[in-house]
Amino acid sequence: MSAIPVSPGMERWELPSRGRVGMLSLIIGESAIFTIFVVAYVYYIGKSLSPPYPQQVLEIPFFNTVCLLSSSITIWLAERQIERGKMRRFAAWWAITIALGAIFIGGTAIEWHKLIYVDGLTIRTNLFGTTFYSLVGLHATHVVVGLIGLTIILLFTLTGHVREQHSERIQVFALYWHFVDAVWVVVFTVVYIAGR
Amino acid sequence: MRFLIREHGAGAIRRRSLAVVCLFAAGAMQIARAEGPQKTPSIFAPSSTPANSILSLSWFVLAITGGIFVTVGGLLVWALIRYRARPDDDGSEPPQIYGSTQVELAWTVIPVLIVVVLFLTTARIIFAIQDAPKPQAALDVTVVGHQFWWEFRYPKLGVVTANELHVPVSPALDPQPTFLHLLSADVDHSFWVPQLAGKTDLIPNHPNEMWIEPKHTGVYLGQCAQFCGIEHAKMLLRVVVDTPEQFDAWVQQQKQPGVQDASVAAGRHVFETEACTNCHTIAGTAARGTFGPDLTHLASRATLASGAAMNTPENLHAWIQDPNTFKPGALMPAMQLSDQQINDLVAYLETLR
Amino acid sequence: MADQTLPIGGAIDVTPQRRSPALLLEWLHGWVVTVDHKRLGILYVVYGIFFLLVAGAEALAIRVQLAWPGMHFLSPETYNEFFTMHGTTMVFLVGMTIVFGFANYLVPIMIGARDMAFPRLNAFSFWLTAFGGLLLYYSFIGGFGLYGMGAAPDVGWWAYAPLTARAFSPGHAMDYWALSLIVMGFGTLGTAINVITTTLSMRCRGMTLLRMPLFVWLMLVVSGLTLVTITPLTAAQIMLTIDRYLGGHFFDAQAGGQPVIWMHFFWIFGHPEVYVLVMPAFGIASEIVPVFSRKAIFGYPAMVAASVGIAFVSLGVWAHHMFTVGMTSVGNTFFVLSTMLVGIPTGIKIFNWLATLWGGKIQFRTPMLFCLAFLIQFLCAGLTGIMLSVAPWNWQLHNSYFVIAHFHYVLVGAIVFNIFAGIYYWYPKVTGRMLDETLGKWHFWLFFIGFHITFDTMHFVGFLGMPRSIYTYEPDRGWNLLNLIISIGGFIQGIGVLFFAWNMVRSHFKGKVAGNDPWDAWTLEWSVPSPPPPYNFVVDPVVHSRRPLWDLKHPEDPDWKYEA
Repeated sequence: MSAIPVSPGMERWELPSRGRVGMLSLIIGESAIFTIFVVAYVYYIGKSLSPPYPQQVLEIPFFNTVCLLSSSITIWLAERQIERGKMRRFAAWWAITIALGAIFIGGTAIEWHKLIYVDGLTIRTNLFGTTFYSLVGLHATHVVVGLIGLTIILLFTLTGHVREQHSERIQVFALYWHFVDAVWVVVFTVVYIAGR
Repeated sequence: MRFLIREHGAGAIRRRSLAVVCLFAAGAMQIARAEGPQKTPSIFAPSSTPANSILSLSWFVLAITGGIFVTVGGLLVWALIRYRARPDDDGSEPPQIYGSTQVELAWTVIPVLIVVVLFLTTARIIFAIQDAPKPQAALDVTVVGHQFWWEFRYPKLGVVTANELHVPVSPALDPQPTFLHLLSADVDHSFWVPQLAGKTDLIPNHPNEMWIEPKHTGVYLGQCAQFCGIEHAKMLLRVVVDTPEQFDAWVQQQKQPGVQDASVAAGRHVFETEACTNCHTIAGTAARGTFGPDLTHLASRATLASGAAMNTPENLHAWIQDPNTFKPGALMPAMQLSDQQINDLVAYLETLR
Repeated sequence: MADQTLPIGGAIDVTPQRRSPALLLEWLHGWVVTVDHKRLGILYVVYGIFFLLVAGAEALAIRVQLAWPGMHFLSPETYNEFFTMHGTTMVFLVGMTIVFGFANYLVPIMIGARDMAFPRLNAFSFWLTAFGGLLLYYSFIGGFGLYGMGAAPDVGWWAYAPLTARAFSPGHAMDYWALSLIVMGFGTLGTAINVITTTLSMRCRGMTLLRMPLFVWLMLVVSGLTLVTITPLTAAQIMLTIDRYLGGHFFDAQAGGQPVIWMHFFWIFGHPEVYVLVMPAFGIASEIVPVFSRKAIFGYPAMVAASVGIAFVSLGVWAHHMFTVGMTSVGNTFFVLSTMLVGIPTGIKIFNWLATLWGGKIQFRTPMLFCLAFLIQFLCAGLTGIMLSVAPWNWQLHNSYFVIAHFHYVLVGAIVFNIFAGIYYWYPKVTGRMLDETLGKWHFWLFFIGFHITFDTMHFVGFLGMPRSIYTYEPDRGWNLLNLIISIGGFIQGIGVLFFAWNMVRSHFKGKVAGNDPWDAWTLEWSVPSPPPPYNFVVDPVVHSRRPLWDLKHPEDPDWKYEA
């Protein structure tokens, strides 16, 4: 064999981590689904033929939003803790994240209860009802899935199965949670700000 | 055998392509020479302004794409012949060419230029047809698509009919195009009479506009061109282009209420008492149903059920007895009438000119 | 030279031979629980070929019904179910499965990896897809069962609203359609994520992105495109199901909804989807044409750039399927431009393949015959696509048999021909035996001739005003003879496919032993035994150019001297 040169860059052959690439790909796909529901929502703003209309019944969910967006901060704090091997603090911040997410879901449930039983808005009432419940519901479903994942990880942590060497995987999962929060920023803006 | 097949590879492709081009040219010229309505509703036999514009553009596009096909296809076939591996090959590899910036630039720039030309030509025709100004003299027709029939209303003339559209011819010196307002009562349909215009869809809650400007009198054929359910295939179209005199006469006739011929009173009685009025209208009677076609002038039409059968007493009898005879899945139910009732009914309907 | 084992990095295969399983059950169990990308790839392709035969039979039934006006071979209802199922099956159960099956098998080996990034997700994705297919076909025996042909979907594979609403499609046909495709969509999403991650994160040392085989590049681009292509369809089908079962109004005209947005969402999926199907075909051609021309692919960087360009532009052309729905003149004009623009990188690829042939030593073996037919057919398909992009002409051609001719030229003439090429090319690698050349040539010529008899003629019957989706046509419109010719061509293609099926089965037992490298090719898959061991490579390969085996076979003139 003739002399084969070692091309530059081959001494260190580093490729992106599989978990991160996979999760980012999933996020791109999910973003496309959300985009279609957002487009449908925006397309039908102001087109409902009968009440209730958004201005009449929607109240801006400040508290819920603050809770959910704070949970991105708390999960980020948890990520930093597990990087340093501080498992107790990691579990604490992780649990707070779950609590904040649960408050968000609880708040959504309360909001929907009011909309359905007090305002008479259901998914079949009018275009606003259909697009509102589908879009916000799709997001809430993703939050619930995230909470289930977070809880499972918390249980594994409390039983000692999660250790410092898993910090990379924790960060990959946290990407999903950050995505869910980012989607809420978009949904919140479209539904509660732009659409009212 | 291997040698033969190798030869076949390149030569057969070339011979086949030539045959296709000749077949196409012959066919197109055959059809294109015809004028006025044809039995074959070919897009190459336009008889109306928008269809004519479309065909002119089509020839231009065909010329360009044909040129590309001959050039690139020819080069491909040439390469297959010239650079085929010979039986006496020594097994060495040919010179490896990895690319050429000049060549690649050239074959990027030339297609861009072709696209620019095609695009500008196309844009011009889009605006010419879609945004054509509507002359004062234009005739207005509202078309409502149903499963599986066409409703035609002439709002300014007070005429409502079904399945056969009558319009006046539009001579160059005194143009009277017809502007169609397209609506749908149920699902998506599409109005396509190739010799008169491109198709436009009828979509619920989405009114559309199109226009035709027929240059020759006669009956033009078309059919629904957007799948609309089980009998989409039998939702046929007849556009009758009349001279101005014929058209005025037709309008006058259509404005009359339904003929009240005493000799067929039995049939009219059947019609009025056997649930027909739930779906059908006959002007001058109590029948005001709108789910099915207006029957006031049924006997003036050449076909039944939107072209599913010719309008003869026998066919009308069979249709009323069981619509599935001609159009299985049509939304008109078999009316469970006795033979005598149907006979009377047919006699009555035959008087509705 | 072609028969020698070519060790990459001096590796010698020392694994003991796999013991053949004693029991049938053990053998089956191995296939059901496998997470090996090669076995999953084979499962996908076999599944796809099975449905190719099923959907092909549906097509032949359609062609019998249309061979002459007034035929009563299929009732209107059954006909409508058949053309809907034919389209749905061919796109999702044949196209997507075979394409991702090829990717599953080849991508890891071509980049020097041992498996996909997520083997269990890989298996899960396959079984989701498989289940979705069964669910879709169960619809034939749902509803009233085989009497009345069950509840198979009958609204066209595009399923326009409001025909799909409960009011116009009572029963469960639509639900089988929506739910099976949602399930299959998740399977496809999983595979796409796997391909992207594998390609970005598991390449062997030295294989920079610009040294990957073009097939891998195209699968990477296609998988990225899939992420944002399948998901809009999933969203739209969720909306449809909400309308049908929860009383939603997404497409409900009575409530102020717009059926037109179904069309937008469907074609936002539908158009990039055809690029998802055709670009792997480009990838296959880009592997086969160089080997049988004995030359490197001409203009590799441009091929990569063109593929990426096509993927991006294809996201902006969807409304060329909707030129007749009443968009504004400005809207129509925009989509004319974007559609014509996507033709440019596509054309560039054709020129690159042509330049690869130019100056080469072309061998007319069966894989190459299919690729050469692909080249001329794809050229035609692209040109009829340009014709259809001219909106005013589209107002005539839309929903006519001209469109059917065009897209079958792409789907069959480009994609199926390349799939056949790929099977003839890689079957030796997968099974260790060559497919028979004589049978292959019978297959090719029958299929090629039948294809052209059918689909060349079909363009004309479209010009003569025949619309699509009709179970019969008027006898005096001049379409009779042309339809008969089209139908005959279909049966000739069917016979060709039977030759193919026979070849696949027979060669498995009696084919000539292939060895590692029967075609004297240059990419990594030809450096491992045929079939490859489960772990693919004994030692992780190290590469220095786009054609590692060329470098080894031509040490005096290796590629890395010339690549930028």
